[in-house]
Amino acid sequence: MARRLINRHPTRIGIVYLGLLPFVVLIALYATGSAIRLADNPTDKLLPAFSTLAAAVDRVAMTPDRRTGEILLWVDTAASLTRLGLGLAVATALALLVGIANGILPYVRAGLSPFVVAFSMIPPMAVLPILFIVFGLDELSKVVLIVFGIAPTMMRDLKARVEEMPREQLIKAQTLGASSWQIVLRVVLPQVLPRLIDALRLSLGPAWLFLISAEAIASEVGLGYRIFLVRRYLAMDVILPYVAWITLLAAFGDVTLRMVSRKLFPWVEGERGRS
Amino acid sequence: MTQVSVVNLWKEFEGQVVIERVNLEVAPHSFISIVGPSGCGKSTFLRMLLSQEAPTRGAIRIDGKSLPAEPTEQRGVVFQRYSVFPHLTVLENVAFGLEVAASRLLGRLFGARRRAAFEGCRGILEEVGLDAARDKYPAQLSGGMQQRLAIAQALIKKPKVLLLDEPFGALDPGIRNDIHQLMLRLFDETGMTVFMVTHDLREAFKLGTRLIAFDRYRTRPEERELYGATVTFDIPLDRATAGERRQAMDEIAPRVSASADL
Ligand SMILES: Nc1ncnc2c1ncn2[C@@H]1O[C@H](COP(=O)(O)OP(=O)(O)OP(=O)(O)O)[C@@H](O)[C@H]1O
Ligand SMILES: [Mg+2]
Repeated sequence: MARRLINRHPTRIGIVYLGLLPFVVLIALYATGSAIRLADNPTDKLLPAFSTLAAAVDRVAMTPDRRTGEILLWVDTAASLTRLGLGLAVATALALLVGIANGILPYVRAGLSPFVVAFSMIPPMAVLPILFIVFGLDELSKVVLIVFGIAPTMMRDLKARVEEMPREQLIKAQTLGASSWQIVLRVVLPQVLPRLIDALRLSLGPAWLFLISAEAIASEVGLGYRIFLVRRYLAMDVILPYVAWITLLAAFGDVTLRMVSRKLFPWVEGERGRS
Repeated sequence: MTQVSVVNLWKEFEGQVVIERVNLEVAPHSFISIVGPSGCGKSTFLRMLLSQEAPTRGAIRIDGKSLPAEPTEQRGVVFQRYSVFPHLTVLENVAFGLEVAASRLLGRLFGARRRAAFEGCRGILEEVGLDAARDKYPAQLSGGMQQRLAIAQALIKKPKVLLLDEPFGALDPGIRNDIHQLMLRLFDETGMTVFMVTHDLREAFKLGTRLIAFDRYRTRPEERELYGATVTFDIPLDRATAGERRQAMDEIAPRVSASADL
């Protein structure tokens, strides 16, 4: 009898092909759509031909700007990644501090936890004007928006991770003579660090969202700024490569974090899937 | 030598009496096996000995002094599960208690002091048969090895009292037998007092120097809230011969519903 679907696994090669399939389909659909539209109207801008895309990539990513001598894509990338990196770093540090304190210290939890929950309900984009007013239109407000957008969720996630640690471990640590501080340092922190990386991975998407939004509204440089700038000329040949590049950067961040987690926390894999 | 006394101990949860009128005078170097039906409050009793839970009334004293309000090094514990730290290797798990005592700020030793502390853990690891596995993580160990690790981890602090809540309940019989031998040997060597909750009467008789059975004496539904469990059997085993033990076991087996669970 044929095995159940849930027990049928593709081969290694099969996994690679199946993974590539949706990408190939998407590219084929694009090529077809582009060819049809261009046959209809050679000046169509919506779905530029691959040759047009390649020319645009060459222009923004390979050729230095005539006026400034800089390569546009790299300048934008450096600006955006700096903002994103700062935002992620600050959010992570805050989440670690507040999340662990909320998870393990009853007095802090009583005082701070409801506030964090309420704070996380504020839609970050709604306060963006306030951030612009308070922190000005340059770098700081963008970094603050990212922190504002992702830190509360990460704090709540980490608090939940701390609380779901088996009570037995905390008792055991106490019977071994550990103080509150030592328990945080040697029992809680090392066990939530992998969770922190998970939380960070999940926050990458929202972080990019807030970055691009802030750049679109007020900026002079950055990936989001560029996309919204060239939108005025319907320059799909620039927008599409930029979107692909952003996606690539985000995916790279995700894969890197996963590898770091595996490397640093070898004990985690065995724990996963245990009840 | 450690003297534990339990004086008129009561425990209620939101009006429901779980344990009542428990009085015990425990001689130094006793191995107390605790049996009783599920839900009668054995774990609650152990948690009170651990200061994880406060008695509603009554007191527990160790060497004449009331228990501190929180768990301390004086009382070690091995739970049925989650007793070891999953992010530390076997050796690190055992050394944990030494490291937090030696380094108040970081809870961790470095360099020569670390090597010395870790070297000091090798003896107990050898004793519980885990020296070869010292660099493995708990997830890489079998259930029996994890429990042996938990025992070694607790014993490195030389606790006066060791509390065991169904520590071998999840192990299969062959492994359980080995670990029983280990437990008896460690009990003899350390001079500590052990309280062990178990559902296995045979285990209770084999390891204990004294057997305590908890049970409710009023079991009508309308009385369940108002009356808790108390000590219904208290059998000294240390001077009993094997035959006498078997006889006592046959006698109480039908009356301690713990055995009915098996
Ligand atoms: N924190 C708590 N709050 C309310 N009731 C509790 C609490 N802890 C235990 N109880 C109640 O106390 C009773 C005894 O529980 P306990 O866990 O001590 O039983 P036990 O003898 O260890 O059972 P088992 O053999 O199944 O482990 C149960 O009825 C349980 O519902
Ligand atoms: Mg129990």
